[in-house]
Amino acid sequence: MTLAIGLILMGCAIGAGLAMIAGIGPGIGEGNAVAAACTAIGRQPESRGTVTSTMLMGCAVAETTGLYGLIIAILLIFVAPNLFVNILVAHAA
Amino acid sequence: MTATKKSLKFILLDILYLAMIILPFAGAIVLKVLITPQTEGVSLTGAIILWQIPMPLQDLYITEVQINSWAVVIAILGLVLFLRHGLSVKPYLKRQLVLEWIVEQCDNLVMSNMGQAFMGFSPFICAIMALSAFSSLSSLLGIFPPTSDLNIIAGWAILVFILITYFKLKGGFFHYLKSYTEPIAVMTPMNIISEFATPVSMTMRHFGNVLSGVVISSLLGVFLSSLTAGLPGLLGQIPFLRVGIPAVLSLYFDIFSGCLQAFIFAMLTMQYVANGFPGEAYEKRLKRRAERAARRAAEKA
Repeated sequence: MTLAIGLILMGCAIGAGLAMIAGIGPGIGEGNAVAAACTAIGRQPESRGTVTSTMLMGCAVAETTGLYGLIIAILLIFVAPNLFVNILVAHAA
Repeated sequence: MTATKKSLKFILLDILYLAMIILPFAGAIVLKVLITPQTEGVSLTGAIILWQIPMPLQDLYITEVQINSWAVVIAILGLVLFLRHGLSVKPYLKRQLVLEWIVEQCDNLVMSNMGQAFMGFSPFICAIMALSAFSSLSSLLGIFPPTSDLNIIAGWAILVFILITYFKLKGGFFHYLKSYTEPIAVMTPMNIISEFATPVSMTMRHFGNVLSGVVISSLLGVFLSSLTAGLPGLLGQIPFLRVGIPAVLSLYFDIFSGCLQAFIFAMLTMQYVANGFPGEAYEKRLKRRAERAARRAAEKA
């Protein structure tokens, strides 16, 4: 029983860590977006306001995939162990 | 009314409105202090359930979050009433200028993103932005921010989803159904999925951003108090590093990220509603309807 619970906790922790690999994508994407926005502002300094607000908007949308990963990780850390252990205990009983 | 002299009634109403802003938050803080159980260090928990009301399908849970979100709603109402108090054609109060600035900014935003036809949306957009921003900012007072609970934002996102669908249906029901088979019929499952992904992604985006701030702040708190825990004597008792340093992170996560997410939620609402609205089909439908009415009137005559 202890081994099984330990395995569940281990699986959840490793899974949470792996889920956060999703952070790579938005990082690269947002970096590209900001780089492009810098170039645009450098070329046309008067369009600064529009470019900045559009960039922030795009960044927020691009961030969504990373946030999905974060939510999965948080569920795996805070919610899943309890749930799985309960299922295990119910099975054993 | 002259510029300097304010009547007693005016001042009393002002005090009432200010109380409407302050008291809900004070109540929320008191409630938080009363109900939060004693824990060692920093703990990450969801909202605390206060009451459980039995309902036919599922029990209705009244949590901290509902209370806080109502507190925010009442505070915003009080703020708006305070700002609009004493409106006049010749502004003699500073707050009228603030109010005019807010209304003008919001109108400009809606105008540039949705166009003239959707100007009626301006109050709704302003309300959703204020609600989201103040909910996120309420975490600065130490209360559980309503936006870090999935249910609250899911409620807003479902509201927006209903709005989007309502405006899509304006082009006629068959036009709405047909829009799922664009550009080709094979894409129908994809379109249905993307339709339902809209509220989910709106919810997750806002929730994830606020939640990540809460989690990282808590982790930083644990880290900073563990740094000083090893020190001898009284120094080890008081986590003095936790004073001030988390405020720097809070500047980003609570203030910047909260306001940005409010802006983005409002932006996305505007984009989805304005893009989903089938303008041409709606005009055609109106024309058809007018023709039918004219024909019917001719038949009657």
